[in-house]
Amino acid sequence: MAGLSFDLIALQLFAGLALGAIYVLFAIGLSLIFGMLTVVNFAHGAFYMVGAYVGLYLISLGGNFWLCLVAVPLLIGLFGMAVERVLIRPLYGRGIDYPLLLTFGLSYVMVECVRIAFGKTGYPFDTPEVLQGAVDIGVGYFPLYRLFVIGATAVVLLVLWLFLEKTSFGLIVRAGARDPQIVRVLGVDVSRVWLIVFGIGTAIAGFAGLLAAPLQGVIPEMGGTILAEAFVVTVVGGMGSIGGAVLAGLLVGVVVSMTSLFAPEMAKVSIFALMAIVLIVRPQGFFGRAGLLS
Amino acid sequence: MLQISKLNAWYGASHALQDVSLEVAKGEIVCLIGRNGAGKTTTLKSIIGLMDRTRGSVIFKGQELLRQPAHVRFALGLAYVPEERRIVQGLSVRENLRLGLVASPEKKREAELIAEIARVFPRLAERLDQEAVTMSGGEQQMLAIARAMIAKPDLIMLDEPSEGIMPVLVDEMFALFRDMKRQGTTVLLVEQNVELALDIADRAYVLDQGAVVHHASARELLADSEIKERYCSV
Repeated sequence: MAGLSFDLIALQLFAGLALGAIYVLFAIGLSLIFGMLTVVNFAHGAFYMVGAYVGLYLISLGGNFWLCLVAVPLLIGLFGMAVERVLIRPLYGRGIDYPLLLTFGLSYVMVECVRIAFGKTGYPFDTPEVLQGAVDIGVGYFPLYRLFVIGATAVVLLVLWLFLEKTSFGLIVRAGARDPQIVRVLGVDVSRVWLIVFGIGTAIAGFAGLLAAPLQGVIPEMGGTILAEAFVVTVVGGMGSIGGAVLAGLLVGVVVSMTSLFAPEMAKVSIFALMAIVLIVRPQGFFGRAGLLS
Repeated sequence: MLQISKLNAWYGASHALQDVSLEVAKGEIVCLIGRNGAGKTTTLKSIIGLMDRTRGSVIFKGQELLRQPAHVRFALGLAYVPEERRIVQGLSVRENLRLGLVASPEKKREAELIAEIARVFPRLAERLDQEAVTMSGGEQQMLAIARAMIAKPDLIMLDEPSEGIMPVLVDEMFALFRDMKRQGTTVLLVEQNVELALDIADRAYVLDQGAVVHHASARELLADSEIKERYCSV
């Protein structure tokens, strides 16, 4: 344990927050879609992965990272809306397992398509030049790009919060997640709302994939790994709860980061241990409602 | 204003409404009475668009409704206050009222209309920023009615508005229905409390086992103790 100073632990905590920020972005999209549409989107990881690849492709065409930050969520969101409209919509009202199986299959198709187009091996993804290097954050030097990830996530969360709390459409989303029927009786075309919510959720997944790319590179399987971890986040935070996704995402990031410091061989299992503990103590998660699927 | 002819509806295999025909004229208060399970709620649900399987004809302001989705029926000027009230959890009283306007062309006048409805419902005015489901049952019922009224519908359908509510609030509510009528809103009312309902209604239809079995003016029915006993005693 020699050399474990306070500063090192603090730095690792920040690294955990950066990792957690990606989980948060991924999980809020998953939660938003589940809360509103009761669709467990198993293709969420594939949208995340395609987001990273679209970024890679745009940059190879001569685009820059900043352009990608806008274009990738836009394109992935439109793609998500097309998927909802064409593939998922016919399955509403048939029970939760139909869209689950569909998105599960879709994720394989998407991964395979990317393998065909870009090859099976991964690519490195350059950190944009102005975000390279490290800055002194008081406890030591911390990679600037990771700081940027935390900041970008905070901005997305703020925008999403303003959207949900302050706009009429946000009010419809909040009410529709609780009671779609009354929203319909009050004149809202709920299927249009579902379409847009699925688009927003997948757009955020694409954005998360792009943000994660400079940290870990880009491979066709990158979505599968984070999907498993994000389900832990959703279960810990409570299915369908956005606040829960934020808190649990950061917590999971910090737990992974801390266990890789103190017991690296435990890092992969630690989050599942965390999930088991939460499930025993509070089966519905931090902010979940019990009996959501009954 | 509303003409229903030979309306049939099903819950799965069970044939819940059988050739129900009824009419509501503009400015009337019409009441549906009958025992539990007679088909009163199903009739309202069929009109607003919450039943999956229906057949027959429901014409509202000259337009056939049955093949229109619920949100289109709202846009035509129909409002529905369900029996369970359906106040949305997690939203404040004000947000529940705003929800009544999100799909209305009057949305731009939101603040004005909320102030206006708050004058009609002083109990809600005091609680605009309170979480709605923490209010009493009667107050929640008032909110459900206010939420349906705020977009100024032409026809409002109310399902058992007096159920589980303190008598003093029930009186207040029925006085409100009279005011609504005076201001030109048409009301289709389902109510267990038959005497109270017939007191404010113009006409009433009696339903039994999914069919209309009797139809008369409210005054006639009030005097007809045999019909009331046969079809309405619980």
